[in-house]
Amino acid sequence: MSNILEVKDLVKQYGDFTAVKGVSFDIKEGEIFSLLGPNGAGKTTTISMLSTLYTPTSGDATIGGHSISKDPMAVKQVIGVVPQDLALYEDLTAKENLVFWGQMYGLSGKALNSRVDEVLDQIGLVDKAKNRVKTYSGGMKRRVNIGVGLLHKPRLLFMDEPTVGIDPQSRRAILDTVKDLNKQGMTVLYTTHYMEEAAELSNRVGIIDHGELIALGTQDELTKQVGQTDTLILHISENEDADALANSLKDMPDVLEATTTDHEVSIITPSAENILASVVSKANERGIKIRSIDIREPNLEAVFLHLTGRALRD
Amino acid sequence: MNKLFLIGIKDLKLMFRDRAALTFMLLAPFILTIGMGFVTGRFSGGSNGLSNIPVVIVNLDKKDLGNALEDLFSSADLADLIEPTASTDPEAARHLIDDNKASAAIIIPAGFTESIIPADGAIDNPNYARPEPVKIEVYSNPSSPTSAGVVKAIVDEFISRVEEGRTSGMTSLVGLMTSGLLNPQNASSEAERLFQNVSASESTAITLKKNTEGADAVDFDILSYFAPGMALMFLMYTVSYGGRSILAERAQGTLPRMMISPTHTTQVLGGKVLGIFFTGVAQVGILILASSIFFQVKWGDPLGVIVLILAAVFGASGWGMLITALARTPAQVGSTGSAVMLIFGILGGSFINLEQMPAFIRTISKITPNAWGLDGFTTLALGGTLKNLTEPITALLIMGAVLFAIAVLIFSRNGLVQK
Repeated sequence: MSNILEVKDLVKQYGDFTAVKGVSFDIKEGEIFSLLGPNGAGKTTTISMLSTLYTPTSGDATIGGHSISKDPMAVKQVIGVVPQDLALYEDLTAKENLVFWGQMYGLSGKALNSRVDEVLDQIGLVDKAKNRVKTYSGGMKRRVNIGVGLLHKPRLLFMDEPTVGIDPQSRRAILDTVKDLNKQGMTVLYTTHYMEEAAELSNRVGIIDHGELIALGTQDELTKQVGQTDTLILHISENEDADALANSLKDMPDVLEATTTDHEVSIITPSAENILASVVSKANERGIKIRSIDIREPNLEAVFLHLTGRALRD
Repeated sequence: MNKLFLIGIKDLKLMFRDRAALTFMLLAPFILTIGMGFVTGRFSGGSNGLSNIPVVIVNLDKKDLGNALEDLFSSADLADLIEPTASTDPEAARHLIDDNKASAAIIIPAGFTESIIPADGAIDNPNYARPEPVKIEVYSNPSSPTSAGVVKAIVDEFISRVEEGRTSGMTSLVGLMTSGLLNPQNASSEAERLFQNVSASESTAITLKKNTEGADAVDFDILSYFAPGMALMFLMYTVSYGGRSILAERAQGTLPRMMISPTHTTQVLGGKVLGIFFTGVAQVGILILASSIFFQVKWGDPLGVIVLILAAVFGASGWGMLITALARTPAQVGSTGSAVMLIFGILGGSFINLEQMPAFIRTISKITPNAWGLDGFTTLALGGTLKNLTEPITALLIMGAVLFAIAVLIFSRNGLVQK
């Protein structure tokens, strides 16, 4: 399969602050590629440069063979964008929104009307098409937001954290929509800070942190980087000293790393079962009450933790 | 071009779905116009809001028609409206106007009467040559367009009556001679008799009567001033609201979304400007239509009204774009726009006739589209046509073009969206 997107040393600098530090990756036609990283990692800035909204400080990317710097209008014809925040006219109906945005992509007449009807059907809003968007629930608005990005049948769809702040049911519907679109042949660049979404959707994942792409590959390739390790997560009470417990665990045999976030202590170990009793005992010695314990096998969260020493939601 | 209109129409649609904006755009100016109508007594048959217009009359003619015109301005009918002063020196009279001490000077040149009514026995003279027409000069004060317009309307009406009388007299004489009822030898004496009637003070040919159509010419409806005054003031709200929508769209993500679509930045900005323009034209158009229907306000020459609306909205839109370009948030545009609306409303004469303001205020008022727009609408209400609107329309177009250019420069320097 040929590459629909090739990114080379993309940099975005704002004064002394560098938001994106020389990111390079490519996406093959027909795949779902996820950029996984915490808030502020540089995901949206990267998407904004690729969608020609922001000008890169240096570096370039080609989409469908067109340079984002030299031929932005040709790039715009190839891509569809679903922005992180809702970008809709709330005083217009869903249908009016779709018609307007379709016109912005050059659709008109019967082609526009039939495409709007198709998209309304695809996002499941045929019955509510004539209601103003401001009367919709958050999930319905998200669906219209996605629908706008699909109107002109783009070859490459950018979806920037499309499930932020919505209920589980709507989230499920959006993830299913992404899979359907991909089955229909659409290539998707999906950004998220939810490890589960990247794991469920992606053929390949790029992990981004502080503007740098720190890992890239399939899930198997990435988890192999961590090795055959488990992650043991201790949930402790709010008034307990998580840092002190983590520090005391670091010296134990088979504990590769122990970090804290909020009221959790995450321990990376070759075998969670082998150290579980010792860890509980250590907590008891310090008088720390453990509310619950999770054991996780190698996953993208563990990869991120392994690479950065922090959890994804930090 | 097509996308430009699509964006403009979309903005117009959005504006008319915003109830709060509609209240400010249409209801508020309409109610304020009604209020001003009550305050000025328009609805109770009271005054037209104009009184004691200072006029300098220089009567160099000193004969029948010149004296009749001078008497007309001193007549009881116009006593409340006009405050005449006599002068013998045209230059001194013009200086008084230049110094803002009067609204207009009427200079009746020597020979005015004779240019219309031949002197005794003149027609009998075989070498009689009709003198060149002599024109009455109305030297008006540009900073008092309403009052000067009223004075000019009275003079125009006087001249029209004189001309009407002269023409009807000549027609009668020719008719009588053709039919053989009048001996050509008696034509001279008969003509003198007819022209004497023309100049007689009680003749309908030259007298402005309260209850004749002559009264219409000087009967200035105060709502013809306040209705456009309010429309223009709230037009400033509309243009700043429209400008605010650029920043609001930037914040809500629809502007970046437009920029991501295959649409040029110039089309996006142009479409937004067109939206402001469409909305402004719709607002002023609706207010004019409503005041015509509900208050019977006579706006004057329809073509002039249309062109003036377009020019006024263009000039005001320039201000809206400049305010938007200088602001960082929609809230800043809203607060600045409201302040500018009120300041321009006061400075531009929406509440108080500019003629009653000090000279420096009248000078400052020229930066407002309100002042130029009101100047134009007043001219039209007083019977002017499109050709009399050259000055306000040119000023409004220049104002809009300059302000748009500055706004575009600022936008291109700062970027329409963060880059």
